Amino acid sequence: MLQAPEEPVIKFEHVRLSFDDNVVLKDVSFTLPRGHTKLILGASGSGKSTILKIITGLLRADSGAVIVNGHRVDQMSEQEMMPVRADLGMIFQEGALFDSLTVRENVGYKLYEESAMPIDEAHRRVEEVLGFVGMAEFIDRMPSALSGGQRRRVAIARSMAFKPGVLLYDEATTGLDPITATTINEEVVKLRDLEEVSSIVVTHQLRDAFFVADNMARRNHDGSVEILEAPPSKQDEACFLMLREGVIVFEGNAAALRASNDPYIRNFLS
Amino acid sequence: MSALLFEEPLKKVTAEVQEYVRMLGQTYRGLVRGPYYRHDIVDQFDAIGVQSMTVVLLTGFFTGAVLALQSGQTLDQFGARPVVGRLVSASMVKELGPVLTGLMLSGRIGSGIAAELGSMMVTDQINALRALGTDPIRKLVVPRILAGFFMAPVLTVIADFVGILGGWIVARFQLQVSSGVYWSSILQGLYMQDIWMGIIKPFVLGFVIVSIACHVGLRTKGGTQGVGRSTTNSVVAGSVAVIAVDFFITRILFSVLY
Ligand SMILES: Nc1ncnc2c1ncn2[C@@H]1O[C@H](COP(=O)(O)OP(=O)(O)O)[C@@H](O)[C@H]1O
Ligand SMILES: [Mg+2]
Repeated sequence: MLQAPEEPVIKFEHVRLSFDDNVVLKDVSFTLPRGHTKLILGASGSGKSTILKIITGLLRADSGAVIVNGHRVDQMSEQEMMPVRADLGMIFQEGALFDSLTVRENVGYKLYEESAMPIDEAHRRVEEVLGFVGMAEFIDRMPSALSGGQRRRVAIARSMAFKPGVLLYDEATTGLDPITATTINEEVVKLRDLEEVSSIVVTHQLRDAFFVADNMARRNHDGSVEILEAPPSKQDEACFLMLREGVIVFEGNAAALRASNDPYIRNFLS
Repeated sequence: MSALLFEEPLKKVTAEVQEYVRMLGQTYRGLVRGPYYRHDIVDQFDAIGVQSMTVVLLTGFFTGAVLALQSGQTLDQFGARPVVGRLVSASMVKELGPVLTGLMLSGRIGSGIAAELGSMMVTDQINALRALGTDPIRKLVVPRILAGFFMAPVLTVIADFVGILGGWIVARFQLQVSSGVYWSSILQGLYMQDIWMGIIKPFVLGFVIVSIACHVGLRTKGGTQGVGRSTTNSVVAGSVAVIAVDFFITRILFSVLY
């Protein structure tokens, strides 16, 4: 599929969604350019997960337009949605790993079950992505025998295994200790900068959001990967978005967020 | 006032039935057109069929035995003890085999399916399947319904058989009816129509139990508590449906077969 480089990967236009009387998203519009990162902040219950589920077509907006890779997903049937989903990797809050499958079967699920990829090649890909997230030695474990941080990393591996162009992280670091959170943040940065995926990172942990915005990954000549502070131009590719009561109350880069005088944002930052 | 009182539950029931029918429609589409998840189908035949064997064997055996015991007592009043086999086979094959197997399956399979799908629902595993390009109906519901539909009759026939065997043990050793008399009266008591009825019923019951359980499981909301609720609902709804559906099929089959 050929795409104009300036075409956004994801675009929300006046999206509204309510569950019965509970209006979760009132009027949400934003654009994610290809290769960029969107960091969605907001208190719990503010509709962050809902936004990701609308993008993947798991929930349907009541009104407004949702465009993913040029497709109007808000008007698509479940069946039409399947090819669009092939370019979307979603890391669910809590991981949503399949309890009845091993780590290998989880990570390779799409390759084994929903693709024509030869089994040897699928095995190799699974081992490769598990290596990428540092979980290679756990390949035969069941998810119930993993720690919280390990489960998140397996979830990331599962969603990157089929090489989607977009990754959607739903609170991938919530509830983890700072060291494990940092390793996950580094995965996010590595995937963005080395595999060139566009990402939406949902979190209510500012530390992690700033880490992803302020850093970049670089592969050195010897093949090793280095995480270093990103130059300002690169930092501008990460855009923060703060949700409150169904609307976006802030949109801008890390510097603008740090400088904001809005009392709600100041309160959130402190 | 009274209209308002009934409006809410009525709406809920209508919505529930609508959802159920919709799921059946999707299941039908999943049945006629792939992709098929053969591995899951095999697994479910094992989980639903083979692993329910113990429960069905025990229930069938003791039901047949107690049936012989009770009817032996009654038949004595008419000096008709030797025909105990007829009573056992007719009741086992037409009613008790299908219904008791159905109730057992509803307890064992219905609860298991609702709990499994329910917890997949509340932990976003169902959403994860969809996000990975899998239709949960084809992957989860179709294999279970196929297994329920085809294994319930098999289990019922087994229950019938061990029930008759249980009846024989009681007849032979407690009622002192000779084996030859018992077995020939078993055959005398069975008409072709009864056998048809005993075979057709469990197909329908198996389908009903499993489809209700899948529906309830996939409608689960509200975390772990919701899973508990779904499990209970599935067993209750499944069991009531077994008894009710049994009545209606019996009614229909009487006018069709006899
Ligand atoms: N399936 C659903 N049915 C009803 N209400 C829901 C459902 N999913 C989410 N909600 C409600 O929508 C709101 C936003 O949820 P969510 O997007 O999960 O918030 P966040 O991810 O920001 O914590 C919450 O108030 C939640 O109760
Ligand atoms: Mg959330």
